[in-house]
Amino acid sequence: MNRMGIIGWLVLPLAAIYFIVPLVMTLAFSLWQGGSSYGFASYRVLMGRPQLPSSLLLSTELAGATALMLVVLLLPAMIFMNLYAPKLRPLFEFIAALPFVVPAIALVAGLTALFTGPEWLLGSPFYLVIPYFFLALPYAYRSLDVGLGALDLTTLTEAGQSLGATMGQIIRFVVLPNLRSALVGSLLLTLAVVIGEFTFANVLLFRTFAVFMNQIGQHEATEAAALVMVSFLITWGAMLGVLVVGRGCSPVGGGH
Amino acid sequence: MATVALRRISKSYSGRQVLASLDLDLTSGELVCLLGPSGCGKTTLLRIIAGFIRPDSGTVVVAGKDVTALPPAARQMGMVFQSYSLFPNMTALDNVRFGPRVAGVGKEQQVSRARELLALVGLTEHGEKFPHQLSGGQQQRVALARALAVQPQMLLLDEPLSALDAQVRAQLREEIRRIQRATGITTVLVTHDQEEALSMSDRVAVMNEGRLLQVATPAAIYREPADPFVARFIGAGAVLPGTIEKGAVRVAHVAMLARAASDHAEGCAVDLYIRPEHVRLESMNGHIPPGSVAAEVNETTFFGSLTRVKLTLQDMPDGHGLWADLPSEQADRFKPGSRVLASWDEAAPRVMPRN
Repeated sequence: MNRMGIIGWLVLPLAAIYFIVPLVMTLAFSLWQGGSSYGFASYRVLMGRPQLPSSLLLSTELAGATALMLVVLLLPAMIFMNLYAPKLRPLFEFIAALPFVVPAIALVAGLTALFTGPEWLLGSPFYLVIPYFFLALPYAYRSLDVGLGALDLTTLTEAGQSLGATMGQIIRFVVLPNLRSALVGSLLLTLAVVIGEFTFANVLLFRTFAVFMNQIGQHEATEAAALVMVSFLITWGAMLGVLVVGRGCSPVGGGH
Repeated sequence: MATVALRRISKSYSGRQVLASLDLDLTSGELVCLLGPSGCGKTTLLRIIAGFIRPDSGTVVVAGKDVTALPPAARQMGMVFQSYSLFPNMTALDNVRFGPRVAGVGKEQQVSRARELLALVGLTEHGEKFPHQLSGGQQQRVALARALAVQPQMLLLDEPLSALDAQVRAQLREEIRRIQRATGITTVLVTHDQEEALSMSDRVAVMNEGRLLQVATPAAIYREPADPFVARFIGAGAVLPGTIEKGAVRVAHVAMLARAASDHAEGCAVDLYIRPEHVRLESMNGHIPPGSVAAEVNETTFFGSLTRVKLTLQDMPDGHGLWADLPSEQADRFKPGSRVLASWDEAAPRVMPRN
């Protein structure tokens, strides 16, 4: 008997049934064409809707912009904290955990009251990047924190400085390449979070992929099931990307 | 190459003084070792020279130029760290050419310089390997080559050998010294390993509690320690508390021969320092001749060619003992429990006022 024990062996199939059965039933329902007929009709209709590519493109653009914002704001802040202000770590941890405890609807209300400009941003769907930044923050923070923890950042930075490199050169040539897997992980998690986000987009009246999915679900049940399967495929694709990139990275940590 | 002058360097952390108004001069091309126990301030001093720490007061002058306010990147100092500090995403060659690369040197020149330096450290064949494919010793050699690639005014070595095993350490010690002599770069080495300090340095600066106690050649530090801490910290040996009496040092009721006793006033409380290599042993034959003391062999420790014999002095309080380093073939006849006579040349022991 291995480490898992009897209870583990009992729980595992139950958990698998709990996750797989609804998925299989959704797949079956998305293929149902009435009576005992099954086929890809709902997928064909779905693919024919112009809102699908436009909403998917919008969500992907928002995910890209959110990821960019995280790299530009969060990463330098975390590098600074690790190098020069490790005492601020509890504060960072607290801020990164906040989006989990504040309800999304409260965040919407708070942010719309707080961010009243600039004009060009208010009417644009890219206004959503601000709340999405906070939503993705805990995942991106955790992933980057693990990546930075595996590096001897202080020694590598000092080595770079002693060789005449500026902080920008050190981040570009040394830190970023060694954070590749953590960065890709945080970017793909951001993509998954943004693609699936509904509350902000719906309240602020932007037609993102999740809002489109909800609208379809109100009128076309089998198409909605097909859309669920499509969104699952996108999420799984993102997760697979994390795994492949993570596995492809060479060991880091000072080369011990 | 550069001369270096450290003037009245002080540094405190949270009210605790780590360096206390410290002065040190390095002549061009010499290798000076900062030696001392953990927490004595040697690494802080090195990091002040490198520019990673700003001193509370004092100046760092390199080649006549005050660099105290310059950031590390502007100081042109190569540094090798205790932990392997190679960039994990770069090959050995790319690590070595990193300095010239960020300085905007042409790629061909970067590569040829990096290859030259890899050859200098004996790693010509390993240029395309990543750090995790190199042993600890090889990584430190690459780090040395990388530090030299920026043609530094000074080389700073922060316990570069402490993470390596004994055999590699001994090998790399010689290699660093060879390369330092070949390049003639003024070098500061930080270590807590006295063997490393004595074997590699032109001069050794012994530190304790943020102060420089003695700066001298390795031989002078070993043979003529100027401070009780230096005498205790460098090498092995017995320290016997006594008083000056009639030109000798009286320990308990035994007069111990020491020419240096005459440098101190009669009745002065002193410590007598006797190195194990100065102690000779003979089997006890009934009487104790002048200049010898009676002792009992406590234990022996085999070090290969040498055996260290630990002795308990007779008729003296507990803790009064001596060590004698003898060729192993001679030491075989002194078994634990045997009674012996210990003696030494009058000129050998150091005598210093007791703290």
